[in-house]
Amino acid sequence: MPKQAAFEEIDAGLLEAIADLHALPTNAYNIRKDGEMMVRNQGANIDIVAQSDGKPGIEIHVKEGAKNEVCHIPVIITKTGLTDVVYNDFYIGDDADITIIAGCGIHNSGNERSQHDGIHTFHIGKNAHCKYIEKHYGETDPDASGEVVLNPQSVFYLSEGASCEAEMVQLRGVDSTIRDTDAELAENAKLVIEERLLTQGNQKATSNLKITMNGKNSRVEVISRTVAQDNSSQSFVPLVTGNCKCRGHVQCDSIIMDNGRVKAVPAIEAASPDATLLHEAAIGKIAGEQIIKLMTLGLTEEEAEKQILDDFLS
Amino acid sequence: MLEVENLCFSAKNKQTGKTSDIIKDLNLTVDDERFIVITGPNGSGKSTLAKLIMGVEKPTSGKIVFNGEDITDMGIAERAKLGVGYGFQQPARFKGMKVRRLLQIAAGTDLPNSECNTYLTKVGLCSADYLNREVDKSLSGGEVKRIEIASILARNPKLAIYDEPEAGIDLWSFEKLTDTFREINDARDGRSIIIISHQERIINLADEIILLEDGTVTDHGTRDEMLPKLGFMGRMAADNVNCSMKVPEFYIEEEA
Repeated sequence: MPKQAAFEEIDAGLLEAIADLHALPTNAYNIRKDGEMMVRNQGANIDIVAQSDGKPGIEIHVKEGAKNEVCHIPVIITKTGLTDVVYNDFYIGDDADITIIAGCGIHNSGNERSQHDGIHTFHIGKNAHCKYIEKHYGETDPDASGEVVLNPQSVFYLSEGASCEAEMVQLRGVDSTIRDTDAELAENAKLVIEERLLTQGNQKATSNLKITMNGKNSRVEVISRTVAQDNSSQSFVPLVTGNCKCRGHVQCDSIIMDNGRVKAVPAIEAASPDATLLHEAAIGKIAGEQIIKLMTLGLTEEEAEKQILDDFLS
Repeated sequence: MLEVENLCFSAKNKQTGKTSDIIKDLNLTVDDERFIVITGPNGSGKSTLAKLIMGVEKPTSGKIVFNGEDITDMGIAERAKLGVGYGFQQPARFKGMKVRRLLQIAAGTDLPNSECNTYLTKVGLCSADYLNREVDKSLSGGEVKRIEIASILARNPKLAIYDEPEAGIDLWSFEKLTDTFREINDARDGRSIIIISHQERIINLADEIILLEDGTVTDHGTRDEMLPKLGFMGRMAADNVNCSMKVPEFYIEEEA
């Protein structure tokens, strides 16, 4: 695939939105478009290969001890009526350190539904570190009525001493999403999940998390920040289970506007007296005092509201 | 710089349903390069007056003129753009907004680290510890109050109004804050400052002191004229480590 072809018009806009890519990166990457591999680059310490069992998708193998590695694996869809299901498996070697930038952007120019279901499974080796960034974005032509649907599934297996920070963001333009995230942690493993999500219009979003701490001294932090505008609705059901001496914290914060609807049911389950688990949830509108403060700094009411939302979701 | 003419403000008490006169036919003039302290008992209308000048509240009647322009019917942002600034007594908190961002919004431009550092240092905060912290509930009351003051320093308005800047601030930070106000006072760069305060060390910086009681100005004069009349209050406040803790209740302002 010629370099220029990858970054024309719609593709370029989608790749910039979800992966901040303005050109092909120099590190390892695999860009998927409309259900097929578009372009791929191997890294010195990263092998990207097709799924060994023939399923659509890739396996990404990161060598033991590899440090400061970066890998981009964005997906873009520009065809209406396409449902793209992809299985991506990550095998991160012991002591490795990698940042994986994923995400999916859909441009729907027709009247049929465009959908991407990304099923990601992470096997994070002993004492390895993984930063995972996943952004979802949708856009439609003004005269198009086709929906944008994204249903990601993410499964994290953290070995002893492994750590992972997952930043999972839905920017805008996604009509429907059902997000399922599961994780299991071994001894001394640490997982931080930051979920940020914006819904507008009649969009619907559901996020289910099931995180289980099986190894002693494992730690989990789930931070969910969302904004529901117009007539959109959201549902969050995170469950953190502690089966040993461990620490878990679940925090759901939502700003509700217009006729939005948000349901947050953070749950914790302890199967050990040494498990320390905490959950909290808050849903509310933008405080008037916040708007007024920013107006005293010269922002209009609309600018103040936008600033507050941008920072809340940043 | 500022002329307040026959200003009145009435508000309905949410509990009793009765309308009360909070500000009563108040007149006030602030010249250029003046450092004015407004003091007075609890419930005398000091914070309300500040909010009326900033546009947070709308007067029932009367007129507010800023640098020759009638701003009575202007909104908050318009007044801010003209050069009115207001440091809230109880600052808002913002989930997700970092201290750096708040200072940049206040300044209206991107700020280099060195400049952010200057503003935070002036309120007794270490820039390295705070620039990337969120202005949320993880900050103590004193910390968020000092960041609020830093935001006004970054904005550098022609007329800065600080509503009880000392409330909730520890002694060390208070002294730093007093030094900062002294620097502003010494600069005399055409700007004026109004501070609502009961603290002798702040009152001692003032060119003029205004005593507000029951919604109107009952006394107004130079520092030398006014200090003897307010002496007992200021001395008691100055003797306290946590300045607002032991002042007679009458002088501890917690206005809405």
